[in-house]
Amino acid sequence: MKQETLLSIKNLHTRFHIYEGVVTAVDGINLDVYRGETLGVVGESGCGKSVTALSILRLLASPPAEIQGEILFDGENLLDMNLGEIRQIRGNSISMIFQEPMTSLNPVLTIGEQISEAIKLHRGLTQQEAWAKAVEMLQMVQIPSPEMRAQEYPHQLSGGMRQRAMIAMALSCRPRLLLADEPTTALDVTIQAQIVDLMGRLKKEFETSIMLITHNLGLIAEMAKRVVVMYAGKVVEEALVEDLFAEPLHPYTQGLLGSIPWMGRKMKAGRKQLQEIPGMVPSLLEMPEGCRFHPRCPRMMDICRKEEPPLVQKDGRRVLCWLWK
Amino acid sequence: MFQYVLKRLLSTIPVLIGISLLLFFMLRMLPGDPAQVLAGQMASPEDIKLIRQQLGLDRPIIVQYGLFLNRLAHFDLGRSARTRNPVIQEIWARLPNTVLLAVTAITLACLFGIPAGIISAVRPHTWVDYFFTSMALFGISMPVFWLGLMLVVIFSVVLKWLPAGGIGTWKHIILPSFTLAAFVVAFITRMTRASMIEALSQDYTTTARSKGLKEKVVVVKHALKNALIPIITVVGLQFGLLLGGAVLTETVFAWPGMGRLIVDSILGRDYPVIQGAILIFGLLYILVNLCVDMIYAFIDPRIRYD
Amino acid sequence: MTEPTQTWNTQRSADSQLKRNWAKLRRNKAALFGSMLILAYFITALMAPIIFPGNPSAPNLMKALERPSAAHPLGKDELGRSILGRVIYGSRVSLLIAIGVVAVGLLVGVPLGLISGYYGGKVDFGIQRVTDTLLAFPGFLLALALVSVLGVGLKNTIISVGISMVPIYIRLVRGCALSVREQTYVEAAKAVGTRNRTILFRHILPNVMIPITIQTSLGMGTAILFAAGLGFLGIGVQPPTPEWGAMLGSGRAYLFHAPHVATFPGIAIFLAVLGFNLAGDGLRDVLDPRFRL
Repeated sequence: MKQETLLSIKNLHTRFHIYEGVVTAVDGINLDVYRGETLGVVGESGCGKSVTALSILRLLASPPAEIQGEILFDGENLLDMNLGEIRQIRGNSISMIFQEPMTSLNPVLTIGEQISEAIKLHRGLTQQEAWAKAVEMLQMVQIPSPEMRAQEYPHQLSGGMRQRAMIAMALSCRPRLLLADEPTTALDVTIQAQIVDLMGRLKKEFETSIMLITHNLGLIAEMAKRVVVMYAGKVVEEALVEDLFAEPLHPYTQGLLGSIPWMGRKMKAGRKQLQEIPGMVPSLLEMPEGCRFHPRCPRMMDICRKEEPPLVQKDGRRVLCWLWK
Repeated sequence: MFQYVLKRLLSTIPVLIGISLLLFFMLRMLPGDPAQVLAGQMASPEDIKLIRQQLGLDRPIIVQYGLFLNRLAHFDLGRSARTRNPVIQEIWARLPNTVLLAVTAITLACLFGIPAGIISAVRPHTWVDYFFTSMALFGISMPVFWLGLMLVVIFSVVLKWLPAGGIGTWKHIILPSFTLAAFVVAFITRMTRASMIEALSQDYTTTARSKGLKEKVVVVKHALKNALIPIITVVGLQFGLLLGGAVLTETVFAWPGMGRLIVDSILGRDYPVIQGAILIFGLLYILVNLCVDMIYAFIDPRIRYD
Repeated sequence: MTEPTQTWNTQRSADSQLKRNWAKLRRNKAALFGSMLILAYFITALMAPIIFPGNPSAPNLMKALERPSAAHPLGKDELGRSILGRVIYGSRVSLLIAIGVVAVGLLVGVPLGLISGYYGGKVDFGIQRVTDTLLAFPGFLLALALVSVLGVGLKNTIISVGISMVPIYIRLVRGCALSVREQTYVEAAKAVGTRNRTILFRHILPNVMIPITIQTSLGMGTAILFAAGLGFLGIGVQPPTPEWGAMLGSGRAYLFHAPHVATFPGIAIFLAVLGFNLAGDGLRDVLDPRFRL
């Protein structure tokens, strides 16, 4: 059964022109988000996953950023739109939540104001109506005494509540796609679980698709259906979550999974110790030749050093690696 | 917030004590007999004797300090060595003029400086930005008294539009307040620009944009509101500094204010007035800083609701 | 806006940080211009007798208040002296004052700030209260007050303006010392038993150098302005020593028929201070944002 595509990123390149040169943060990626699903985007810091999300909503300052490619949403190319049209999409059809709720919320505006301004803008309601809706949203994210909280400022809320408020803010206009950039990273583990639950429920209720960006594989396992692995600006593997965890194809993915403490579970490769991936993520200004991962790859071959690997399709999965050619 | 206010108020006490000590010992550091110094050149022996008694110079220093504080509490700052009028009277005659000048100057400076800073921040590295920043830089580098003189040359000598000095009509206040404002507008512009750039680079600005808000709304409602907090602090500080810069401007334009008073008394060795003027300046500055802190506490919700 | 800056693991070596800063500084045209101004200022001051032979203070009343001409590009002042010559020699005086003032500020302010910030406690409390008191006055007023006690003249100008600068250095150094003190590597050094004095010199002082350098560049400009202000009021450097502010002050009387007397010394002050401000700003841009003043 073919699912309907909500967002389709085709050959996206995002470059930054800085004094030292041109930094290519996202180098030709393709990915799709289907209606009603949660897509996980996994990778280390600096691999380009956040930049991808920011590129979708065009939140990068355009010099020094340069975005090329196509991002199709409902058939329209977001990169072709002018700023006015993009602003109608932002907060409305596509919303974003960020990693740090403390710094991502404006400290001098009340929570209620920050939620209702989007509602007022996109739904044309009056101040009172928008405020009422804002309080409703706060209730939906399970913040107690929402009328009171709406009049408070971000610093008066706890970390978990702030993240809930951000979720309320992002979902207030029932977007069809939610870009969640490390939504739980800044939170305590117990709060993380609550937020994950909350997001799951709301996703069903609002029928929102989620692009979940994180470096936390456990979160992916819980929330996502499909997952995309990024490394140094490229997508190196794409699969259903169960398939990825059961049998990672790309050596990088294998390394990531091998480095998670996992009680009582032996993988196909069979191991007893935590394994780390040797070496460091390359500088975006000094990218290795050939396959970007080759200096750190335990299964590196000669060709990996010289030529960039092709995208291989295998059993409905995709992997960017010479091993699977 | 109450704690904050209380703390601020309490912290002024050591400074007040410090100022009183400073003034107390300043007099005694001068060469010669303090009573003679206070009395001035034209004093008679009886005057000197009276002052010596007032100061309690033959008694232990603690007692002298106590007497000093007592006099301060009663607003008794002595008599001017030149005019024999009570120092309070001399000051009171001139203080309003200085305050008028300072208030006019700071208002002008804000009217020009804050918008200029905002525009610079929103369009960095454009010619508008470079223009405003250069103007600001020139403003801080220029000696304020030279600017005043140059303005007099242009507007009074060459163009003959405005009077060169004195007080009286609205025309008299234009040049001095512009001169004073020029110095301050530079600081305000720079601070506004820096503060706005900082606010615009914050995460919450990205969040605001991600909701689809228009850029104008993002700049004014989201960024400026945050940026205003340090800006107001600077404006308050500048107001305090204006009181110091007024000294030079008042001299250039023969403006009868506190600044002229202090210069004339230094040149005329009128120590009671010097003492009094320094005290008043210090008090004013502390008062202004206190007000700025209060405003700051009021507009920053993080302090107000805590 | 949000660029991937967290983990650019580069292979660059340590000393290229210096190279990069230098390149960044060179790119900043304003700072370069400022540095050139400063250089010109220093050269003028040092080479004054060569550039302008003759005694700049020798009066020639026959030619008083002469307008600028080819022979005397800046004209003559009220005593018939060449303004060009006095401006050139005035650079020596200003330079001397600027260096003296900054020296006072550094020599007194830095050690006090270090002690206050690093050792804390009662010493810190005491020093801070004194600093607060001094800072209760706008800088120029403080210098003014000190002059009223100490008297006029070059030496007293340097001392007064210098003392008014000390609290700024104390605050700056103390703030920096406080934040460095909290760093983990200082804790580690202490845990290993390093002596306080060594920590001060090896860890705290280098970090403090950066804001000090920026402040010094800006401070030289401020020193010139303050000294000129005092000179203008007649309570700074006394005649016949050529000081730019004093020249402005005496030129004021002739503003209506001989404005050139007051104009040129002011331009000299402006250019010198501008130079220091530009250079200081450029330094701050390179070494910022950690040390925002």
